Amino acid sequence: MSKDKEISVDIQNVTKSFGAFTALNGVSLDIRDNEFFTLLGPSGCGKTTLLRLIAGFEEVTNGAIHLYGQNIADLLPNERPINTVFQQYALFPHMNVTDNVMFGLLRLGHDTSKAKARVGEVLELVRLSDFADRMPSQLSGGQQQRVALARALAPSPKVLLLDEPLSALDLKLRQAVRLELKQIQVQTGITFIFVTHDQEEALTMSDRIAVLEGGRVQQVGSAREIYEAPENKFVADFIGETNLIDVTVSNVEKRKGSCVLPGGAQIICSAAEGALVGSGHLSIRPERIKITASGKGMLEGKTVRHIYLGTDLHIEVSLTSGSRVTVRMQNSTQIKIPNVGQSVGLDFEASSARLLVD
Amino acid sequence: MATKNVDLRHFTGFKSLTLLCLFLLYAPLIIVMVYSFNDSNSITRWNTVSLRWYYDLFYGVDAPKFKTAAINSVSIAVMAAISATVIATMAATAMLRAGSFRGKSVSFALINLPLMVPEIVTAVATLIFFSAIGFTTGYLTILIAHIVFCIPFAYLPIAARMQGIEDVYEQAAQDLYATRFQAFRLILLPLMAPGIISGFLLAFIISLDDFIITNFVKGAGVETLPTVIFGAVKQGIKPNIMAISTLLLAVSVGFVALSYFVGRMGEKANPTTTKQGD
Repeated sequence: MSKDKEISVDIQNVTKSFGAFTALNGVSLDIRDNEFFTLLGPSGCGKTTLLRLIAGFEEVTNGAIHLYGQNIADLLPNERPINTVFQQYALFPHMNVTDNVMFGLLRLGHDTSKAKARVGEVLELVRLSDFADRMPSQLSGGQQQRVALARALAPSPKVLLLDEPLSALDLKLRQAVRLELKQIQVQTGITFIFVTHDQEEALTMSDRIAVLEGGRVQQVGSAREIYEAPENKFVADFIGETNLIDVTVSNVEKRKGSCVLPGGAQIICSAAEGALVGSGHLSIRPERIKITASGKGMLEGKTVRHIYLGTDLHIEVSLTSGSRVTVRMQNSTQIKIPNVGQSVGLDFEASSARLLVD
Repeated sequence: MATKNVDLRHFTGFKSLTLLCLFLLYAPLIIVMVYSFNDSNSITRWNTVSLRWYYDLFYGVDAPKFKTAAINSVSIAVMAAISATVIATMAATAMLRAGSFRGKSVSFALINLPLMVPEIVTAVATLIFFSAIGFTTGYLTILIAHIVFCIPFAYLPIAARMQGIEDVYEQAAQDLYATRFQAFRLILLPLMAPGIISGFLLAFIISLDDFIITNFVKGAGVETLPTVIFGAVKQGIKPNIMAISTLLLAVSVGFVALSYFVGRMGEKANPTTTKQGD
């Protein structure tokens, strides 16, 4: 099994309970070496608990975690070659930037001059060389975040854990730091495990994403796989926006489903694993739907309202069956926007639709 | 209008009541302080301003007695405060950083109970205890008794400070390869320093000022400042008592103020009260 070598963190059927509450329920994940892996989910889904289990701050109730083939259950946090960037950064307030970054190196027994050189290296990497003598309280939020990253990178850990490190930054900064983080991950070649509830963050940075909900893994895959081919309603709804349309499934074969739409039109589209004949849900992203003249689309409805979003417009359409559909169109002068109350047809490619499991 | 009536300051008699309270609290102290500078053998009749009674303290007939008592008081206070601070720091660490353990709430009550027990009861009990185990009363019994009753006073500011320090700093230290002890020594202890200093100063002043327990357990011949003052007063109040009282008051006020400012300084630099909302 040559593939074993590539596994960095192997999470095997891990369950974690706090008293009667089960935070994680039979989670299994293979996180590969040198991968930017994201744990994505709403608050309370168990993603931070999983991170704390890997770091060693909590013990698994059941299951095992292997780091490059070694079971790490009995190792204390300080015995694991894993570093963490904490959500609140947790910079030591009584130490300046250099001493903060040097802390891990000195504990590992590096001599001061070597450690100093390494501190210079990582501070350059996060572009903070000019701030080496500052105290944490003299830094902005973005700078503190970069110090926390430098401190965790300095000992060259095998795995870097990042617990929502961008959540305290404002939007513009967050977007800039995303690209920077991804670049640093590629540059250092360290396995990053990134926790976030922000799907946009997850989509832009990750090699692979695990979507968690209710202590269970809902789906694992690349950003494209998760967005284009969600396995269930939760994933489709949580990642981006989607329209869920009630359909009648007449046949499922080789992961293709034949569905009858509310207006009677029929399509054959890709189906999630486990899709069954009967009533089902079709997921179609708002940007994949086009508005056409009434009677010319797959669906029929009336425009209910427009929502102006700057670069885009959302058009809400009420289907004749009663359910609502959102259409996203670019805010372009060339596109004709239907008036509110106008009857319209909605058209989309069969390849844009996905039959989901409830 | 309506808000004015609700405001406490506008209640009838508020001002006079305040003044009465302040007068009762501080007038005796002020009189003692002022009369300590009186150049007269009488404690009530004012003559002229002088440092005569302060001079008398250091060079008069009673000087050797006061000097020995002062040395006893200060040395006991220093040792008792150091011991109590160390014990209180360990107790606070156990209470706030060791997770939950059996008997945690009982321990909390046991640490703080001495604050509620009437001092005279503690004094009698301590004396009975020492004589029951056949311990000769003297300097050492005072020191032991002082260490014990200083612990809760040292514990309060130390625990308050530790409570304000999130454990994420120690977790970060452990994550960066520090052992639990290194995390304590290199991270928690420096962050707690203002609380520890504050606790030490408070314990010091409590020990320095204690009379009741000291008087019970001191045995014959060993005196501290409060007991020597009490002994002197029983033989009639000489103005030099006012001088030594004023000195003791000045030291106490100085230390309490220092303890307060150290605590506040720590609060300003408190990592958890600055920055970050999320």
